Amino acid sequence: MEYFIQQLVNGLTLGSIYGMIAIGYTMVYGIIGMINFAHGDIFMLGGFAALIVFLLLTTFMAGVPVVLALLLMMIVGMLTAALWNWTIERVAYRPLRGSFRLAPLITAIGMSIVLSNFIQVTQGPRNKPIPPLVSSVYELFGITVSLKQIVIVVITAVLLSVFWYIVNRTPLGRAQRATEQDSKMAALLGVDVDRTISVTFIMGAALAAVAGTMYLMYYGVVVFTDGFAPGVKAFTAAVLGGIGSLPGAVLGGLLIGLIESLWSAYFTIDYKDVATFSILAIVLIFKPSGILGRPEVEKV
Amino acid sequence: MVIETTTMTKDPILKVEHLSMRFGGLMAINDFSFEAARGEITALIGPNGAGKTTVFNCITGFYKPTMGMITMKQKSGDEFLLERLPDFEITKRAKVARTFQNIRMFSGMTVLENLLVAQHNKLMQASGYTVLGLLGFPTYRQAAKDSTELARHWLEKASLIDRADDPAGDLPYGAQRRLEIARAMCTGPELLCLDEPAAGLNPRESHALNDLLQSIRAETGTSILLIEHDMSVVMEISDHVVVLEYGQKISDGNPDFVKNDPRVIAAYLGVEDEEVEEVIEQIEEIEGEHGGTKQ
Amino acid sequence: MANVASTTASAGSELTARALREAVFSGLITLGLFVLFVGLKSDQNIRNELILTQRWGLLAIFVIVAMVGRFLMVAYAQPWLAQRKAAKAAAPEVAKEETFFSRNFSKIAILALVLYPPVIVALVGVQGSLKWVDNFGVQILIYVMLAWGLNIVVGLAGLLDLGYVAFYAVGAYSYALLSSYFGLSFWVLLPVAGILAACWGVVLGFPVLRLRGDYLAIVTLAFGEIIRLVLINWTEVTKGTFGVSGIAKATLFGIKFDASKDGFAALMGLPISSAYYKIFLFYLILGLALLTAFVTIRLRRMPVGRAWEALREDEIACRSLGINTTTTKLTAFATGAMFGGFAGSFFAVRQGFVSPESFVFLESAVILAIVVLGGMGSLTGIFVAAVVMIGGTEILRELTFLKMIFGPNFTPELYRMLIFGLAMVVVMVWKPRGFVGSREPTAFLRERKAVSGSFTKEGHG
Repeated sequence: MEYFIQQLVNGLTLGSIYGMIAIGYTMVYGIIGMINFAHGDIFMLGGFAALIVFLLLTTFMAGVPVVLALLLMMIVGMLTAALWNWTIERVAYRPLRGSFRLAPLITAIGMSIVLSNFIQVTQGPRNKPIPPLVSSVYELFGITVSLKQIVIVVITAVLLSVFWYIVNRTPLGRAQRATEQDSKMAALLGVDVDRTISVTFIMGAALAAVAGTMYLMYYGVVVFTDGFAPGVKAFTAAVLGGIGSLPGAVLGGLLIGLIESLWSAYFTIDYKDVATFSILAIVLIFKPSGILGRPEVEKV
Repeated sequence: MVIETTTMTKDPILKVEHLSMRFGGLMAINDFSFEAARGEITALIGPNGAGKTTVFNCITGFYKPTMGMITMKQKSGDEFLLERLPDFEITKRAKVARTFQNIRMFSGMTVLENLLVAQHNKLMQASGYTVLGLLGFPTYRQAAKDSTELARHWLEKASLIDRADDPAGDLPYGAQRRLEIARAMCTGPELLCLDEPAAGLNPRESHALNDLLQSIRAETGTSILLIEHDMSVVMEISDHVVVLEYGQKISDGNPDFVKNDPRVIAAYLGVEDEEVEEVIEQIEEIEGEHGGTKQ
Repeated sequence: MANVASTTASAGSELTARALREAVFSGLITLGLFVLFVGLKSDQNIRNELILTQRWGLLAIFVIVAMVGRFLMVAYAQPWLAQRKAAKAAAPEVAKEETFFSRNFSKIAILALVLYPPVIVALVGVQGSLKWVDNFGVQILIYVMLAWGLNIVVGLAGLLDLGYVAFYAVGAYSYALLSSYFGLSFWVLLPVAGILAACWGVVLGFPVLRLRGDYLAIVTLAFGEIIRLVLINWTEVTKGTFGVSGIAKATLFGIKFDASKDGFAALMGLPISSAYYKIFLFYLILGLALLTAFVTIRLRRMPVGRAWEALREDEIACRSLGINTTTTKLTAFATGAMFGGFAGSFFAVRQGFVSPESFVFLESAVILAIVVLGGMGSLTGIFVAAVVMIGGTEILRELTFLKMIFGPNFTPELYRMLIFGLAMVVVMVWKPRGFVGSREPTAFLRERKAVSGSFTKEGHG
């Protein structure tokens, strides 16, 4: 039983990270209907930004309090990732909006290749390990909960509340939802569609960067190929929860995290990714609208 | 309240019995029955949202009805229960072809190719399910030639022959409508279902459409079932009109009968029963004027 | 007169001012993008701790290049382009005369490919030809064949498949395993690999028939990854990440390409060289690729090929015309997969070694990119795209003179995929419908006119 709950805690942590990445996928898909293949690499890029900030701090300002260090890593990571995603949208996606639908998918895949190879070229192909940032561990009823797990879950919860507020309660969120429903109509009614889409990319990237920082803190290592697997899993989460739905993305993320840790704990660790991908396939085949998504009706 | 005015048709090609279709809590079609006679043009009319297209989608297999029976009886005497067939088999085996309210063209293919796609099943057999054709057997070459000839025939009928090698998406709207009908005819149907064929056409095009439909019936004996809003088309060419409102049949008979049916007038104009008489008079007056100016 | 001059002058200075503003803006953006990643580098020191190396000079170069580039772009390139466009619009449309070259492009290309190995041998000798025939010829033709195979699924039937590499893997492993366990020859196993891959195409295709567009893309991606993960983890059969090595070579009518007495070189009285095997492989893959092209061209004129294209254009209309869309989709999947399987078994025979490393998602992405960049459905366009993208990145390996510019530590190969990705983006933005955007009709009454890309659809399923 304790083992089971232990796995639940681990899965919840992992799931929070996936959920934060998934939001970027789901928002972009919702608003312009494209799979932003480069999003996983934006997450990796955020992780690298955090890594470099961490190294800057340890090199030049040894003895900075951990909380401040984490905060700085997160903020710089968010800014950098947001700037990258904004630029990518401007350069690679916007010129293709409204044209051939496969074209942005191809540029997104191209951008994903560019980002991971850019990091490989500029930062080197090796694993980048860092010493543990937060190492306190608590024992509660026989379950080990580390401080970093608590930090991850709390930060996720806080950010999601902020996000939920932005999307549901602010004019910006209203513009986003309007663009999602019908971008032409929204433009006619005075919504600046280009700006709204840019903001969506910025928001998604910022969350991905936080996820990247958390990932770096949790595993203590990051490498240039790290965009792919978490990216695909986060996309799976977005689809599982119902693409286009914010709570769905988080729910999907948590489920994927739980499945992954429970599968590794009770079955074989080798096939844990097979399990994730199989779930993706099964969900899409039998319930393509996901858990919280709206079903698509085929009009004849 | 449903009125039973079903006139028993002598030789029905299509029998729809007690058809019901429910979408969630909405009863789109409620216990709807009618018959379409062989060799006739039957029109299905009704106000917007009456469920006409839903009936069509049930007949052509795009929806599976909640209840009811749809029987297609071919010239040879073979009967098909359409509600049990998958959509493509309704065209392939039961020989019911259809067009769509929003034109569905293969817009990147040429007009001729559109008509060749429609002869898929025939050509598939001739090409020995691709294997013989791939090896260059003459049976396929002959069949391909025949199918081009059939396409040419229908292109001439639909006066599209000059545009045969242009992309279908490049045709003007009225020509696309005619092409869709020609394409449906290339499947060799016994019953042709047209979903608002005159929608969006100008009077001249709509006139050409009437001619096309008349000649289809006269030359091939294909029965036609159509949904239409344009009353001039309906009244001019149909032999039999069925009126649908809120998923129920409110009238059924020849055009003259239906035109004068107070329920139909009420349904279209949305007036109280007492005022119906008045409305009929008004309509007759207007029609008189129109008839005078028309020819 | 003076008035006009002053307005052009003020317009000119306005333009310069705008260009300067934009240049500064781009400089700032570039600074923001690259400050952490170019300005600083995380390196391991001897105790394996991460340390930072500073590269501010490099960062400055990046920023300056961006600023100057943007300035030139806004101040000179854009007005010039606008002028040219206006001039073009003003000038009467001149019908482009079809040149002999463009009319007979495919014949010339095939002839050139057939003559390629002897010409190379004549130019650089037998030993020197190795690199050119293998790295360029064979490598490019493998991708041409794969892209032509995928073209059936994506370009014709409009089914977006991101897991095509799975069929390539099935073909490669079929040959690798069946030849090492049962000792069967390449010529027996080539069709077997194709059939097995086609079966997998049906198996994987069946559950995803109802899916459309992006969902289909993701499920096929998942299937591709599942197959790769199974290859990694099913170590008893596939030897996992170690891969299968020592795969038997192909023979030419029983003649082996080795140093033995009855080997090819000995029989022909030629000096022993591995180049002959490579040249043989070149003709083998050329033959396979041409087979793919031939079958594709034939199929397009068959009912099944037309049904594929119709499916891409409008699935519902297809069903209303009595076309069984289920079998139509499955045949597209199976045919595409079969060619992937052929290419896979060729890959195994060429490398003599297969491991799951060769079948990552990136490969699927590259193949799909070639199909889309070439222009979906167009065999010529896809061929050109494969030559440009694969040949272009292969050529980077050869650019050793760059070492003289960037110093001896510069390895151009590192930039291969980076440039590949950038090229994908640039080509797509420049030509969203690919190199050849128009479609050749499969039948005609009077004259064959190409269908402009603006009418064709890319499919939704």
